[in-house]
This record gives sequence, C-alpha cells and structure tokens, in this order.
Amino acid sequence: MTTTPVKQSITVTINGKAYTKEIPTYRTLVDFIRYDVGLTGTKEACSVGVCGACTIEMDGNITASCITLAVKADGANITTIEGVADGEKLHPIQEAFINHGGFQCGACTPGQIMAAKALLEHNPHPSEPEIKEWMMGNLCRCTGYYQIIESIQAAAEAN
Amino acid sequence: MHDFEFHAPASLNEALTLLSKHNDDAKIMAGGTSLTTLLKQSLIAPAHIISLHKITEINSIEVSGDTLNIGGLVTQRQVELSDIVKKHAPLLADAYRRVATVRIRNVATVGGGIAQADPAMDPPPSLLILNASITATSSKGSRTLPIEEVYADYYETTLEPDEIITQIHVPAQPAGSNWTYIKYLPRTEDDYATVSVAAIGKITNGEVAEARIALGAVSSTAIRAATVENALVGMKQSSLTREKLKEISQTIAEIVDPTDDPRGSAWYKKDMSVVFARRALEEVLK
Repeated sequence: MTTTPVKQSITVTINGKAYTKEIPTYRTLVDFIRYDVGLTGTKEACSVGVCGACTIEMDGNITASCITLAVKADGANITTIEGVADGEKLHPIQEAFINHGGFQCGACTPGQIMAAKALLEHNPHPSEPEIKEWMMGNLCRCTGYYQIIESIQAAAEAN
Repeated sequence: MHDFEFHAPASLNEALTLLSKHNDDAKIMAGGTSLTTLLKQSLIAPAHIISLHKITEINSIEVSGDTLNIGGLVTQRQVELSDIVKKHAPLLADAYRRVATVRIRNVATVGGGIAQADPAMDPPPSLLILNASITATSSKGSRTLPIEEVYADYYETTLEPDEIITQIHVPAQPAGSNWTYIKYLPRTEDDYATVSVAAIGKITNGEVAEARIALGAVSSTAIRAATVENALVGMKQSSLTREKLKEISQTIAEIVDPTDDPRGSAWYKKDMSVVFARRALEEVLK
C-alpha cells in the first residue's frame, strides 16, 4: 500500500478556460471541478450516477461527473452551469426556470438546467412524454417536477 | 478510493500490450459508468486501470451481409439512435434505449455492458434471442463465441483478464417478425427491471414459424427459455389461446432462480416471470 497518492497532470478546458492541475488518479471529475478548479455550481448528491445533480456537458454530451474519473477528462472540453449564461445575460432556459418556478431549494437546478439544455439542443420542440423520458434521471427532492416541465416547455416555445 | 495507475492507451494494440503486462492486476475501463461506481464503493481495488476512451478503432456500427457488427466501444446511445440498428434489429435499439438515463447511455459502451455481466441490465435478453456473438481479443489473438457462453454468473463472464470485447455480431431479426421488450419495474423508469422479457415471434401460414424468448433479472445470468420456444414452434395459431400460452409459460417458473431484493421478493419475481412471459408471447404471436 503506497502512502502518497499516484498523481497525474491533466489539462481540462472548462467553460472556455484551460486548467492544468496535478491530481490523484482517483479524483472524480465532480471533485476536480468543485475543489481543484473551484466551480461549485455543479453538485454531488447521490454519488452513484443516478440523481443527475452532477450533470455536466463533456465533449458535446451530458454525463454524470460523479462517476467519471477526472484523469479520463484530460484534454476534454467541458461546460458546467457557470458556462451556460452569456456574461450577465442568462440562457433562455435559466430565464424560463426563474419565470415558471422551476426550482425550490435549488440543489438539483444546475443539473436540471444542463440536462434541459441538452434536450432542447437535441430536440428543440419536445412533447411532454419526451421531456419526461429525457429528464427522468434528474431527481428533485422538493418534487417540483410540474414546474420543471413547464419551464422546459416555455423555453422550447421561446426557441 | 484507493490508489491506482491510470493508463490511456491510444490504440487497441497498445491496450492489449498493457493488459498482457498487468493482467490480473489490471481492470479495463470502457465507458466507466459501472467500474467507477465499483471503485468508489471499494468493491474492487485494481493496481492498474486501462481506460479505452482514446481508442477509435472499435467504435463504429457496420452491416456485413445480414449481420450487424458493433464495435466494442460503441456507446449504448449510438445503438439506440443508429438507423441501421433500427432497420436490422429494432429490438436491440429499443433494449438499449431502456438502459438507465441518457447521461449513462452517452458514456456506457456495448462491450463494457456485456463484460459487466449484470443479469438485470436491459440488453442481455435481446442479445440472447438475436443469437448475438462477440469477438474477444487479447495480445495472443481473437476468438468468437456466442453470447450465452460469455455470461457465466452474477457479474462474471468466461472472458480472460487480458481479453477485450472488440466486436459484437448481431444477425438481423427474421423478416416480418414481431418483437417486444417488456421491462417490468415498479419504481422509476431508469431503474433496473424487476423482471424483463424479450421476445420475437412470427406466424407463417397459420403456424408458429419463430418463437424466441429470454428473461432478465431473474437468474444469475439472463436466460433463454428453450423449453417454451420448442413447445411453440410448429403450433397452429388457432390453438394459441390465452390458457394454452399460460400453460406453456408456466414452465418458466422451473428455470428462473431469482433472489430477494428491493425490486421484489424471489417468489414475486418468479410469478411475474410467468405472467410477463405470457404477455410477451401474446404480443409477438399475433
């Protein structure tokens, strides 16, 4: 058993900015983003890839950052919730979540927004069943699901 | 999580060389969705992880004659969306569409899922009844084996530690056949099934020409119900009453061996195996 962790240097582009850090190989991507880079918008809740709170976009696809090793993201291009707005101007999905009460405690919201953004990029005008199928892996402990669906529908209409 | 060396070979050959060197001390990581979860829970502690994410040689889907050849590193999402899979084996596209959530399917691979060998996963029953086979490759060469010879036990395959699943071969569904994949689960849609059933059926000239059925989540591996298939083929469609299908499906109770878990008790899963097998047969033998 070694006492010093095995480390590796990685470079990851997050929201357009490149970060180079030396990290233990066992570091998860969510921990890298939150603690090594300091972007705490991405949340970790279930830790096993089920709840959707840690959703980020990596090389064009949404993924669960809590079950991704940070070393696997070496060279990757990542978008987190901090990279969704254009400066002070919120993304239409963020506006819709605010206007339609698509969040309560807010813990799941970054993941909900990342998933909803990917849905509308893939399917700009989803039906309600399509929204439910896509979003089923994003859990809301406040159970505010109707407002989340309404928010996504409103953002799609604004498209 | 414990310490490990992380390797990201750029080619299949480089990966196979690394595997032959580290063998039992190494774990292969394809998408990593299952492996990372096992690492986080300290259920495995390999000294080396060989990640295949930089390899581009085995991540496309091609058709050769009547057979789909799916690269081991093709993502489950690619299978779900592939037009050629939907054309040749729509059952397979549907089974992969039912796996977990889009976030997982974006990353999890076909080869990785087969190697994980969780009997409650969605694809295994469909892979069984489509008569799929795999090619496993090591630094010593390649071999092809039928999917039912790959699954050995809960989370166990017959693959050697230095072998990588490089291809999955899936013969096209019989022309004009009906198919279904029933995923019965009382909790949320992204969960594992309590009982799952895949079936293919075809009636020609009033007789059963094709009857294939397999179940997931009710044994140490997904299982094909050969007794049911054999009883059905050649039967007159007019004799396939609900009572008759019920009677034939009853033999499934003898081949399943479920365990108690939060998705249902063993006796319940056994009963539901029979019920959902009968429903699947009713659906495909119309």
